Amino acid sequence: MESKRLGGQTIILKNRPKIISNSSIVGQKESQGPLGEFFDIVMPDNLWGEDSWEKTECRMLKEVCERAIEGANKKNTDINYFFAGDLLNQIMTANFTARTLGIPFFGLFGACSTMTESISLGAIMVDGGYADNALCATSSHFCTAERQFRYPLEQGTQMAPTGQWTVTGAGAVVVSNEGNGPSITHITTGKVVDYGIKDVNNMGAAMAPAAVETIKAHFEDTGRNPQDYDLIVTGDLGRFGRELTIDMLNKEGYDIASRYIDCGCEIYGEEQDVQSGGSGCGCSAVVFSGFILKKIEEGELNRVLMGSTGALLSTTSTQQGESIPGIMHLVVIEKGEG
Amino acid sequence: MDAIKQNKDREYQKYVSAKMPKTNILRNCTSAFLVGGLICVIGQIILNIGRNYYNLDQNSAATFTTIVMIFLGGILTGLGVYDDIGKIGGAGSIVPITGFSNSIVSPAMEFKREGFVLGIGAKMFTVAGPVLVYGIGSSVVVGFIYYFFVR
Repeated sequence: MESKRLGGQTIILKNRPKIISNSSIVGQKESQGPLGEFFDIVMPDNLWGEDSWEKTECRMLKEVCERAIEGANKKNTDINYFFAGDLLNQIMTANFTARTLGIPFFGLFGACSTMTESISLGAIMVDGGYADNALCATSSHFCTAERQFRYPLEQGTQMAPTGQWTVTGAGAVVVSNEGNGPSITHITTGKVVDYGIKDVNNMGAAMAPAAVETIKAHFEDTGRNPQDYDLIVTGDLGRFGRELTIDMLNKEGYDIASRYIDCGCEIYGEEQDVQSGGSGCGCSAVVFSGFILKKIEEGELNRVLMGSTGALLSTTSTQQGESIPGIMHLVVIEKGEG
Repeated sequence: MDAIKQNKDREYQKYVSAKMPKTNILRNCTSAFLVGGLICVIGQIILNIGRNYYNLDQNSAATFTTIVMIFLGGILTGLGVYDDIGKIGGAGSIVPITGFSNSIVSPAMEFKREGFVLGIGAKMFTVAGPVLVYGIGSSVVVGFIYYFFVR
């Protein structure tokens, strides 16, 4: 059998599965950011008429999934697999959404790396011929994340300069073996990397080494270099984490600065009082499905190296003094037919 | 191998703390002083009202002030204003008794969806609980020291 592996961490998808539709939803704050116009749905407020933030997040994920399926001109029964995850304990949002959708489901926890994790797995399923269509989605909500990981919303606290604001948003894509749309050509799966950062207000620094190692592994495995990409994207490192990533990759001999964006830096404006930037599963999900895929479809970008970064901490691990492990998964997205 | 990893970790942590954006201590201290000071001025006004209009003695006026300030902290938390004050004031709005009130009312509001027993009842003191435990605990220790050595 012909090997589809490249080097240690990368695989090549010979059948080039396509992303045939996408959908994104955001809250008010995200819609007021620089990318506001690109998102499909903007919620009128953070609760959206539901009884709890958790129910709102479930509805957000359900809504983007249904829109993505509709946009692909499919029915729920045409989708063979649903890959999703979120930040809440026991991935409540994804489980409850899967209950509604009734599609065979793999629940994922990759923290904020869930978007590219789910796309990786969906694309492998489709490329291998085990699925015709796979739905890949994730969500996060500022209010649900805040109450689980930090403080009650109404408590008067200050954010650290390296702190990040959890994005209220959800994104979904349908990966398919036929149809039109950008293709997924390579997948580089990240390893868990931990350099001993314990500060929960400094996730960018905790995740930056994971981003650096996965990007480096990708270049080594494929023999490519930064110039082969129109855009290199990381998930939610924020301004400080982005700076560290550029600096560390420079030391490794890769100059990415001119073609590199971080979703956490793009989604909010400097004036929006979010310190280092955005974070959360929804951060890379909405920037990818709302902004980057549209730019590829419009032809402004041809080949994108898309990564989502995750900080794999729990409230228990931080209270017990453990450091914060990080991870990043990469997918290569190319425009057009292959 | 472990030593090499430890070294690498330490080097990275040093590199991070050298590059990290710093908090503006002068600005934060100034706004904490102003916000905290303003809260105390309001407290003093209430104390004076208690003494002059209701003819309370010093002790009763202090209790009266505490009750009113806790009430104001709770009301402002409920109206969604206190978290904005806290964003500016920092320690200036946490240390006065209004901050204590905020730290009890905000989890009570947040967790009411989990019900009266497991939500409000269990979570109300998640923030203030440790303060009470160690505040009362240390007063007991100081009390013992006073009883055996000073008295």
